[in-house]
Amino acid sequence: MGFFLETLFGGLMVGMLYSLIAIGFVLIYKASGVFNFAQGAMVLFAALAMARFSEWFPLWFGFQSQILANILAFIAAMAVMIVVAWLIERLALSKLVNQEGITLLMATLGIAYFLDGVGQTIFGNDIYKIDVGMPKEPLMVLQNTFQGGLLLSQEDLIAALVAAGLVVVLAIFFQKTATGRALRAVADDHQAAQSIGIPLKRIWVIVWSVAGFSALVAGIIWGSKLGVQFSLSLVALKALPVVILGGLTSIPGAIIGGLLIGVGEKLSEIYLGPMFGGGIEIWFAYVLALVFLLVRPQGLFGEKIIDRV
Amino acid sequence: MFYRENGQFKSSYRADQQIFPIAQDRLAILVLLLVAFVVVPLGVSDYWMRAILTPFLILSLAALGLNILVGYCGQISLGTGAFMAVGAYAAYNFQVRIDGMPLIASLLLGGLCATVIGVLFGIPSLRIKGLYLAVATLAAQFFTDWAFLRIQWFTNNSSSGSVSVAGLNVFGVPIESPAQKYLFCLIFVSVFALLAKNLVRSAIGREWMAMRDMDVAAAVIGIRPVYAELTAFAVSSFIVGVAGALWGFVHLGAWEPAAFSIDRSFQLLFMVIIGGLGSIMGSFFGAAFIVLLPLLLNQLPGWLGFSISTALASHLETMIFGALIVFFLIVEPHGLARLWSTAKEKLRLWPFPH
Amino acid sequence: MNAHNLTEASMLATTTRGGRKDGEVILDVQNISLSFGGVKALTDISFNVREHEVRAIIGPNGAGKSSMLNCINGVYQPQQGSITFRGQTFRHMNSRQVAEMGVARTFQNLALFKGMSVLDNIMTGRNLKMKSGLLAQAFRWGPAEREELQHREFVEHIIDFLEIQAHRKTPVGRLPYGLQKRVDLGRALAMEPQVLLLDEPMAGMNVEEKQDMSRFILDVNDEFGATIVLIEHDMGVVMDISDRVVVLDYGKKIGDGTPDEVRNNEDVIRAYLGVEH
Repeated sequence: MGFFLETLFGGLMVGMLYSLIAIGFVLIYKASGVFNFAQGAMVLFAALAMARFSEWFPLWFGFQSQILANILAFIAAMAVMIVVAWLIERLALSKLVNQEGITLLMATLGIAYFLDGVGQTIFGNDIYKIDVGMPKEPLMVLQNTFQGGLLLSQEDLIAALVAAGLVVVLAIFFQKTATGRALRAVADDHQAAQSIGIPLKRIWVIVWSVAGFSALVAGIIWGSKLGVQFSLSLVALKALPVVILGGLTSIPGAIIGGLLIGVGEKLSEIYLGPMFGGGIEIWFAYVLALVFLLVRPQGLFGEKIIDRV
Repeated sequence: MFYRENGQFKSSYRADQQIFPIAQDRLAILVLLLVAFVVVPLGVSDYWMRAILTPFLILSLAALGLNILVGYCGQISLGTGAFMAVGAYAAYNFQVRIDGMPLIASLLLGGLCATVIGVLFGIPSLRIKGLYLAVATLAAQFFTDWAFLRIQWFTNNSSSGSVSVAGLNVFGVPIESPAQKYLFCLIFVSVFALLAKNLVRSAIGREWMAMRDMDVAAAVIGIRPVYAELTAFAVSSFIVGVAGALWGFVHLGAWEPAAFSIDRSFQLLFMVIIGGLGSIMGSFFGAAFIVLLPLLLNQLPGWLGFSISTALASHLETMIFGALIVFFLIVEPHGLARLWSTAKEKLRLWPFPH
Repeated sequence: MNAHNLTEASMLATTTRGGRKDGEVILDVQNISLSFGGVKALTDISFNVREHEVRAIIGPNGAGKSSMLNCINGVYQPQQGSITFRGQTFRHMNSRQVAEMGVARTFQNLALFKGMSVLDNIMTGRNLKMKSGLLAQAFRWGPAEREELQHREFVEHIIDFLEIQAHRKTPVGRLPYGLQKRVDLGRALAMEPQVLLLDEPMAGMNVEEKQDMSRFILDVNDEFGATIVLIEHDMGVVMDISDRVVVLDYGKKIGDGTPDEVRNNEDVIRAYLGVEH
């Protein structure tokens, strides 16, 4: 039983991490109808920026404090992501506004490739460390209930808390601020929003920047856990079934979907894996999403697709 | 003034419905086929045939299959690599486990196995649409990645999923040298291109396009959505499966699941989009573009007179590739095929401006 | 062009309007009720359609006319009621079944296949009648090619009839609205329908175009022998070309009869012009 709970918690934690990345997808899709295949590349790019800046700034500006380095690096990385968002909007999105979904998807794939190349050219392609002071030792809890206690990863716990915090911040942003309201309007109907004076271009830059911010947070968390390397953008592919499960237009959906996928993955690997010869993690999430979609084609919280004649 | 339809009257529907109604086009295609079948094997270097033309042909075939699904029937599939893998491994099993199995039969049977899997993954497409379906096709991709690695039976108990074939021959005629491999692929591709073109200009092609353009109206005319979508998946996966088998048998000789990874799926999708959705010729254009581009990028520093490290070169390649994709999508979203037909329109008028 | 060899099946009595024999009841709509969630689109609608007649459905906007056609056509499934077609009664119509039974329609918003040419769009109407299998089509063997050419010939007659020969290879998306409406009609005609449902075929047309379209509709009725059920807003057209009229308002039937009877019906006048105070 203890083992089951550990696996469950582990799955929940991993799920939160997936959600972090998925949130970026949902943000962009909600506001611009674009399925951003480049989200994974953005996570990697942001993480690279963070890692290298935190390494370079002490050298360039001659100070020792790791905390200062991290703070400055964070600010710099965020600035870089905003520039990236602006460039994407200016050079790609605004020119592709009226194209079909598949063209936009391909465009984001192109952007993903581009970001990968640029990131590794500017920042290098070794494995880099992000050290934001995440505790690496595991935590033993509930030693009285279960023999030996349950092993929880502190790092994952903090990541989960950060993800939850991010969701709360985003929720407040969307519900309470004027910009958030404008974003929701744009998500509903571009033309209507434009006709009441909402500046579409600026909104899109804001959305992609916010997605960039969540990519940065995700990048820091994942990078701190795994080290910043190319496979990070592959991890982001995992976020796709999360988004599909939760529904492309729902942030709570991204969280719930993430949790479901995370738990499902871990439990299936332990309990179903041996039957299949192991390694089923690479496809379990997708098959789970597929099965789910057969029952509910728009995902858990997504909007129903209506065909009008 | 050379490219004109003047004086070319069609006096029968059959004449009007030919694949190449304009006489100059027919001549051009004849010349092209002559060059492809005769001039190339005799005149072109082995390196070009082995490393460029043969992969180009096989990938064109795969792009053709994908175009039927994406361009003509309007579905998105991100799991094409999976169907290629099924074709390749199935063909491998037929070839290796059954003594004296003819090569062509193995390849075609491999395609049929891909068809079965394709239809299976086509069934959800009736319920799931658009981007949701796209991600669902990724399930096929990752599942086959895993299956061919872990399920030993598929790979004749190879532990790493890698297999190899040797001694290919068709009724005694060996398929060993680059020229022989090239011609073998060329024959396959030509036949399949003809069959595909026939399909898309027949009733079933119109059904596919009707489903793509407006499926509710299609149902009202009496088109069965289920039949149309499943046949699109079936035909598409068959062609992609055969292409996969050709890729493994003829081009690679020995392969592992990574040869059909998600990168391959994206690559094929790029070919279809850049080449032109809903165009048989577009598939060839797209394949040529994607195959030649890395070569060009590799040679460019040399031509410009400076050299760069291989790591940097590959990063730059990725960057330029991504940028070109976006650029292309902005400038001509209907792909090279549209550019080509626009050029032909202008050629019709030349030397007059309009 | 002798139009009589276009439909082998229909033997027509006369070709002039006044003298035509209206046949038996071919379509009988009984007590149809349709709701979408809380909104009642149709309430207990009953009327019949005789063979070879031109039956108009009129009513103010939102009266439920298109919904009625959609029920006949199998696009919507009514919650109550039934539809009898040629003696067979159905609770629900299935689109394909309906098409096979010989009912074709045009759409208010033109559901044409934008990516295809005019010729191909109309050819899709022949799909029900094309029997060649997948393999036969791929190899384009003798029978498959012959079938394709045969149907091409039929479609060319329709193109001649609708006078759109010059545009046959043009992608429909590029044509002006009036021509697109003709292609829509052509596609429906290609199905050799016994009953033709026309949903506002003259919407957005000027006087000349309306005259052309009226002529086409009447020709279809005379020469093809098709029964026409027509939704139309232009009262002049309706009164001129229809044999009988059904009037709907807010999902209910408020009038049923010849154009003259309906014209003088008080309920109908009130629905269109409002109540005098």
